[in-house]
Amino acid sequence: MSWLSIQKELPARRKAALILLSFLLPLALWSTISYVPFIWHPMMEIQNAGGSLYLEQGQRVTRNVFEQENRRLMEGGEEVLTGVRANPVYLPPPHNVLTAVYTAFKTKPRRPDDPWLHESLAHSIQVVFYGFLLSSLIGVPLGILCGVFSFFSKLYEPFFEFFRYMPAPVFGALAVAVLGINDGPKVAIIFIGTFFQQVLVIANTTRQLPPSLLEAAQTLGAKGGTLLKKVVLPAIAPTVFLDMRILLGWAWTYLIVAEVVGTSTGITWFINQQAKYRIYENVYAAILMIGIIGLVTDMVLAWIGRNLFVWDGGKRSGLFLFLSELFCGPMDKTFTFTKKRALKHADYTTPEL
Amino acid sequence: MQTIQLPSYKEQSPTVADRFNRLKQRQVILEAENISKIFPTEQGDITALADISFKAYRREFLSVIGPSGCGKSTLIRILSGLESASEGQVLLDGKPVDQPGPERGMVFQGYTLFPWLTVKKNVMFGLEVAGKSQTQARAEALQWIEMVGLEEFVDHYPAQLSGGMKQRVAIARALANQPRVLLMDEPFGALDAQTRARMQSYLMQIWRNVDITIIFITHDLDEAVYLSDRVLVLNANPGTVQEMIEVPVAQPRSPKQHLNPEFLATKEHIESLIHPNRDEEDVLPIIRLTNIKDDIL
Ligand SMILES: Nc1ncnc2c1ncn2[C@@H]1O[C@H](COP(=O)(O)OP(=O)(O)O)[C@@H](O)[C@H]1O
Ligand SMILES: [Mg+2]
Repeated sequence: MSWLSIQKELPARRKAALILLSFLLPLALWSTISYVPFIWHPMMEIQNAGGSLYLEQGQRVTRNVFEQENRRLMEGGEEVLTGVRANPVYLPPPHNVLTAVYTAFKTKPRRPDDPWLHESLAHSIQVVFYGFLLSSLIGVPLGILCGVFSFFSKLYEPFFEFFRYMPAPVFGALAVAVLGINDGPKVAIIFIGTFFQQVLVIANTTRQLPPSLLEAAQTLGAKGGTLLKKVVLPAIAPTVFLDMRILLGWAWTYLIVAEVVGTSTGITWFINQQAKYRIYENVYAAILMIGIIGLVTDMVLAWIGRNLFVWDGGKRSGLFLFLSELFCGPMDKTFTFTKKRALKHADYTTPEL
Repeated sequence: MQTIQLPSYKEQSPTVADRFNRLKQRQVILEAENISKIFPTEQGDITALADISFKAYRREFLSVIGPSGCGKSTLIRILSGLESASEGQVLLDGKPVDQPGPERGMVFQGYTLFPWLTVKKNVMFGLEVAGKSQTQARAEALQWIEMVGLEEFVDHYPAQLSGGMKQRVAIARALANQPRVLLMDEPFGALDAQTRARMQSYLMQIWRNVDITIIFITHDLDEAVYLSDRVLVLNANPGTVQEMIEVPVAQPRSPKQHLNPEFLATKEHIESLIHPNRDEEDVLPIIRLTNIKDDIL
């Protein structure tokens, strides 16, 4: 089978290989640049400063400067510089970054009042959490109302549609003026960045509800609030859940802006601080951590979604059943989608009435 | 070539005539009174239905047939209350109705089971809405599921069922409310021929054993004649009543009756109503690309 056939799924093993490769390729590129001395390496790291008056051991200079200085030293009969080719300090090699992911947590802040890395991270997560929670508490119900009732849709959506074109960061100064310099304005930026999109996205999802389901429910006697509770909410739940995953991703992207509003805090403060100290492996490690936290959160949510919405093509896993029974007591476990294939053929052998 | 001489579909044997007399003495369950429907659109008004009147009697099986687009779905949606009539009214047990309600059960052509509920929960839906207790609702639902022969599948989700099974659940779900009338809009339209025949047999058996009046929309002649006591034939553009046909085939029906002369005559008659010009074959402008000597004649 060819690797490239239009609109054909690849076999599982090839897919797994490609997924792995998608991470290994950038890593390989980074490693090559870092570890193969004659590739790129535009600097010289001084090992012995010799007779030079202004260069020191460990300093990185461009090769031009290095050669000029050496020529000058030779003419003056002084001891020459020795050095090895190196990359700029802002490109640390992979192993340094990987160890930094661990050591950054262990490094004491330089000033005693400054937060540790884990404190910075916790602060960031807290800001995103509150901003997103606040937005969802209002945004989800409002979005559903807009999707169900033309009244709310016309009352809110046109303005929100307009508002979402104003980038959340521009409200930073205002937020500080109104909410002070602590976490208030930061949460507000996340809220502004999420809320308007959220209402529009959820409203749109709600509008996708097939009218035939509502009609069927009506012919079964359901009306008003019952329709909303027993048809609209369960029908849109899986899509709303998916929307929330995507929206949470957006909320994360507003974090970095939010954290420089007022006093710089959280992971952004940590990154800026480390860049100031020129400890770039910590900068990379922190960036990596944001990515990992985002990815892991999303994967966990996706897993919960698959387990929660079994009817929508998901699958209930043993771990989920165990956890849910641990916390909420037993629930029905009638169904796995693996049975589905066998069932496709079952209709022809169904017993006569 | 032989032509088979069919009897006139109107020639009813005394037993059949007697059956229709008795039918019409029954209580009128659902009555359509001068129903018209006009859809205002940007290209002007579309008159989908004009002045439709008929009565459905208790435990009658009444089919509505007509060419596609003649307003069958519109009619049944008005009967169910999902759409309101521009003129005229629908009477259920003599009282006008204009909202959907559980006393008029509906089975749609598309699959409208709630995908997030199991078969059992789907059938329980109307019972729970009606305020019955969980235990009561579950017990009643199981009876209806058994009636449509799906007791093995009570805990399956709709996505796991075949098309025919889904429609059987939809029928059970509608019947669980014990409606006065069951409205069905081309319920078997999306099924393959074999499944459709089986579904027809299921439906007939259910109808015979339950106190239910059925109004059944179809565009399949054979299905209409086979299932119904009477067939309402609609004209298109706008939808009007062309004829109310009393099917002169004895009840209870069985597959063998498909070849009865009365059956064929009725079909023939409805066919001539729906496609009056069917003898004039549409001729395609094809240029002959084969040698005439190659024809097998
Ligand atoms: N909501 C609507 N708005 C405008 N025209 C409609 C609407 N619903 C149905 N119609 C028109 O009414 C006619 C009858 O439609 P329908 O009842 O679906 O026919 P059938 O079910 O017999 O195929 C069609 O010409 C259709 O275009
Ligand atoms: Mg239709």
